[in-house]
Amino acid sequence: MKRKTALYGLLVALAFIFSYLESLLPLSIGIPGIKLGLANLVVLLTLYLLGDGSGLAVALLRIFLTGLTFGNPTMMVYSLAGGLLSWGMMVLCRRCGAFSIAGVSIAGGVSHNIGQLAIAAAATGTPQIVWYLPVLLLAGLLTGGLIGAAARLLLPPLKKIRI
Amino acid sequence: MDKLTHWRWGDTLLVIAVAVAALGLWAVLSLCAQTGSTVTVTVDNEPFATLPLSQDATMEIAGIGGTNTLEIADGTVRITAADCPDGICVHHRAICRAGESIICLPHRVTVTVMGGSAAVDGEV
Repeated sequence: MKRKTALYGLLVALAFIFSYLESLLPLSIGIPGIKLGLANLVVLLTLYLLGDGSGLAVALLRIFLTGLTFGNPTMMVYSLAGGLLSWGMMVLCRRCGAFSIAGVSIAGGVSHNIGQLAIAAAATGTPQIVWYLPVLLLAGLLTGGLIGAAARLLLPPLKKIRI
Repeated sequence: MDKLTHWRWGDTLLVIAVAVAALGLWAVLSLCAQTGSTVTVTVDNEPFATLPLSQDATMEIAGIGGTNTLEIADGTVRITAADCPDGICVHHRAICRAGESIICLPHRVTVTVMGGSAAVDGEV
């Protein structure tokens, strides 16, 4: 039990630090709202190593901590929308068995962006935001692929140490 | 090595599907789009101002908790300055097509290009 508590603390802290690092180094390439999603690397690996519920717990705790520390309630709602949809899609894609961890990561990245865009469209009452969708889909593909590539390298050694 | 990390057919399918969806959507939106005629600004979902796109102008937008500076030049709109923490709207490229918009979430400001006829009412 103690071991488990410490492990979860470690994972949440890691995801939290990744979010912080990302807020320090915004990927400004002229398109709003695009991030690498380093924190999702932790959620993704937690899904594979400890299960669906654990992944959700790490994702939610990370969002609450980041929102309280660096953000505001509005940001937290956006993060929650992206995070929950992303978690749901990653769980489905992992369960269905047709994807490797890279594919699951891509599904997570793309659905995270769709979730945030949907909330933005609803909150601002501007369905015109759909203009962003093509760019955000491709961005999710790219960032999800990068995170997936990292997860692919990290999963085998992490499995071996049986955390 | 094992099937969790090895690239699988589903991954290829997913990449193709997302890329096709993105490009298809972009093509459809571009084909349907026409150059807009006016710019509508809203703050917290309330109409704030409507300006013609044909006339060069600058305007201060009093958003929630801060201001954004809007500039119309050569038939395009952009946000040139904002005192929000992220400045995402300032980095957004200039827009000109009907339906395109720039959004500042912290200040709850939206800037949308409206299309077609010059007469646009404040209906959101």
